Amino acid sequence: MTAPVSETRSVVVEREFPHAADKLWRALTQPHLMQEWLMKNDFAPQVGHKFKLSGEWGGVLDCEVLEIEPKRTLSYTWDFVHAHAAYNLKSVVTFTLTPTATGTMLRMEQAGFRTDQKQAFGGAHAGWKQFFDKLDMLLTKEG
Amino acid sequence: MSKVHDTLFRTLSDPTRRAIFERLCREGEKTVGALTAKAGVSQPVVSKHLGVLKQAGLVRGRHQGRETHYSAQLGALAPLIDWTSQMAGFWEAKFDKLEDLLKRMDQ
Repeated sequence: MTAPVSETRSVVVEREFPHAADKLWRALTQPHLMQEWLMKNDFAPQVGHKFKLSGEWGGVLDCEVLEIEPKRTLSYTWDFVHAHAAYNLKSVVTFTLTPTATGTMLRMEQAGFRTDQKQAFGGAHAGWKQFFDKLDMLLTKEG
Repeated sequence: MSKVHDTLFRTLSDPTRRAIFERLCREGEKTVGALTAKAGVSQPVVSKHLGVLKQAGLVRGRHQGRETHYSAQLGALAPLIDWTSQMAGFWEAKFDKLEDLLKRMDQ
């Protein structure tokens, strides 16, 4: 457990929505709409714009717009900085919209990079339950 | 399976050792004596288990006077967290919310 372990992984979630790409694009790029399905945010549709996504659990994601092609592609960084290496996350989220016969296919790819064992957790008074609860909160409670 | 996974699983596969680790997670820092009181095994056995846990990075010892206080190192468990399935679940849930929102939105 002395050497740092790095892993790169990617998650892909796809779904076809019976709605036009234009409408889907608004839900992905207008802050008040993003807030309704994703998280509170100060997003702006400009490459290089830095913004934050604030989760209900109190965590904040640091993001930066990397790519925008209206109604087609949206990409931004999705980083979570935490003193606890297990929660640290550096990733890039890319949404791709493709019109279909009955609506729009939305593809979300999150390419993640996480560094493990950078620093041992000091204190460690948290129990297993708290540990997994936090993870749960971080990753699913938002939904 | 990676060597790191292998070490972690092997270390936590022993029930007595796992119980010691879980107790440190739940109750915080403890001395060997305090751990032995409830472990159901002798102090040398507890010390041996602590040694293995330390080797795996799961436990850290802090010296204070003549005693060593042991604490759990949760960060060492990080390789066991299946990040991809957690995130896929997160996004599926988000897409559900997005679907609801799209239904409510004007064209």
